[in-house]
Amino acid sequence: MATEQKNNAVQPGGFIYLPLIAGWLIPGAGHFLLRKWGRGALLFVSIIGMFVVGILMQGKIYTNGHEILEYLSLAGDLCNGLIYFVCRALGLGAETIRETTADWGSRFIVVAGLLNIIAAVDAHNLRTGRKPA
Amino acid sequence: MIFRPDHFSAVLLFALFVSTVFGITMRETPARMLRFGIYCFVLFVGSVIAASWLMFLIAR
Repeated sequence: MATEQKNNAVQPGGFIYLPLIAGWLIPGAGHFLLRKWGRGALLFVSIIGMFVVGILMQGKIYTNGHEILEYLSLAGDLCNGLIYFVCRALGLGAETIRETTADWGSRFIVVAGLLNIIAAVDAHNLRTGRKPA
Repeated sequence: MIFRPDHFSAVLLFALFVSTVFGITMRETPARMLRFGIYCFVLFVGSVIAASWLMFLIAR
């Protein structure tokens, strides 16, 4: 009973958007802040794994756009948080899509970003108590 | 290092990653998370197999 109350309690005080921002910057970090170690680790492995597979498939990391689909892809890539900027700094990812698997890789990178946002919002919902812990 | 999976392997990887995140974020308890994750995975892979057969039959 006492454990259940402890688990369901929303942490008082502090910056309420911290799990959301941390979860965006590093996949799973929002859950780690809320001491959801297992969930955070699974989210980290899934999202980073998907991003890395996309990079290994020579997926493109969008840096600018000339049409609506490229802008949407850029927005999806930005949702990956710090790993997007790290990969840009290291020059990882293809500049152009030259084969079919590279196109799939680009989609993997975009979807990893979208999943990262879902995970960050989930951490925010746990923090605010909208989702039971 | 370049990774070139075939189409079905790419689908399996995609379904695995997405189902894991969906399961964790869309349900509250670990048991329901696992069930929903497996449900999403089966739906992803099953719909791909069904669509593949459909396209195969249309192409003939």
